Amino acid sequence: MLRIENLSAWYGEAQVLREVSLDVAAGEVVTLVGRNGAGKSTLLRCVMGLHAGQRGTVELDGRDVGKLPAYRRARLGLGWVPDDRGSYATLSVTENLTLPPTVGPDPWSLERVYEAFPALYQRRDSAATMLSGGEQQMLALARVLRMGARLLLCDEPTEGLSPLLVQQVGDLLREAKRHGVTVLLVEQNLHFATGVADRHYLLAEGRVAEAMDNSEVRSRERELLSYLGI
Amino acid sequence: MTGFLQNTFNGLVSGAFYALLALGLAVIFGMLRVVNFAHGAFYMLGAFGAYVLLTEAGVPFWAALVIMPLGLAVVGMALERAFIHRLTRLDPLYNFLLTFGLTLILQDLVKLRYGVQSSPYQTPSALAGSVDFGVFDFPTYRVFILGFAVAVCVGVWWLLTNTRIGMVVRASTERPELTQAFGINVGRWVTPVFGFGIGLAGLAGVLAAPMRAVNPLMGADLIIVVFAVVVIGGLGSIFGSVAAGFGIGLVQAWGEAYLSDFPIVSQTIVFVVMAVVLLWRPAGLFGREEAPA
Repeated sequence: MLRIENLSAWYGEAQVLREVSLDVAAGEVVTLVGRNGAGKSTLLRCVMGLHAGQRGTVELDGRDVGKLPAYRRARLGLGWVPDDRGSYATLSVTENLTLPPTVGPDPWSLERVYEAFPALYQRRDSAATMLSGGEQQMLALARVLRMGARLLLCDEPTEGLSPLLVQQVGDLLREAKRHGVTVLLVEQNLHFATGVADRHYLLAEGRVAEAMDNSEVRSRERELLSYLGI
Repeated sequence: MTGFLQNTFNGLVSGAFYALLALGLAVIFGMLRVVNFAHGAFYMLGAFGAYVLLTEAGVPFWAALVIMPLGLAVVGMALERAFIHRLTRLDPLYNFLLTFGLTLILQDLVKLRYGVQSSPYQTPSALAGSVDFGVFDFPTYRVFILGFAVAVCVGVWWLLTNTRIGMVVRASTERPELTQAFGINVGRWVTPVFGFGIGLAGLAGVLAAPMRAVNPLMGADLIIVVFAVVVIGGLGSIFGSVAAGFGIGLVQAWGEAYLSDFPIVSQTIVFVVMAVVLLWRPAGLFGREEAPA
């Protein structure tokens, strides 16, 4: 579904991605793991079309989307879940959910979203930034499901969440996967990543250092943790 | 007490102009991240346009109140398409230079044709005279300005909060890059929003014509205070710009009335307020810190 080839990216003169190649098949959950500064978030921004200084190929369903602006990529089915949760202070919870157009064949209805997230329903008229961190994360995920996005680009969705909420995020991603949604996930929480993902790419200093199946993780855990600096 | 009420009313009238101008600047800055230094020049063109329409074509105030904002909105959209959108990806300094240069060009073109002296504009006959509020009289035209400006601000607020277009504009104003990532072509809204902001400046200019001296520098005198208003309200904050507009109008009027023995204080009070607000809340009263995508 997603194919990235020889992707390099820069912030000014500093190169943060170096010839990265990877692919994500339809229906897979794939994580990008690595230390802070390894280039994980930049890679997601490149896929979304939010990073100007890049070179290389980004293909979605065999189509080169490298020249398309972010809004057109979103309309092809990319769902952006940014690391800061992307809540709008000037929009209510309902408006945050209904702002994006529906882009996929199976968008969640507002009723379904509120059924799945009763806390969001209770605060549906509040400004989104008045929600707790966990509720904002749920809002960010619910928004891309309501869009009907086919490929979710999730940037550290568990960061700063309590263990209970981390579990809820995991359940949600597994349910999305059951419905055929593909996920590319930036994650530093290895325990969480192994609980939801099919495969992992390890990024180090802007390169893909390793690619491994989830079944290999247990036997190579020490190696993985060393990449994460733990 | 009567004096206080009169000063308060005067402050609200001045605030109405600040609010209309700041509202336009706020939506433009929010969506384009462009500080439009030419805003004062378009305010001046609104007033001058009304004057020219009346004296050279006999077009009355009420018609000018429609023609000038619409005409200037079209000019603003053309300007955005021709110049401003080419510079938005570059350093903000380029658009500062462009809009500042444009201000000088527009002012000098008007000076060339009409000179630097103020031109009188008759108050429309339906709004002549004064309204008796019991304890004091107030010019009818000023009451009209206050009511009209409040109605425009409320109307814009309603549009922004009750329509899908308004929702998209609010989202795009708050976080343009994020909004793009949600499948919304923010660029499609940039030109109409810029035109809308310029149209509001033109509207304020037409309203000012019967009350303020119509001259090529009238916008330059006002715009510095309006920038302070926008900063106090919070750059890009629509509600903040309107609230701060009326608030600064009041502060200025009270300062001039009650601190007239200390001219240095009364003339600089707006900027003192701005400095205090920025020390307390660096993003302004209703602004928020810049967020990433």
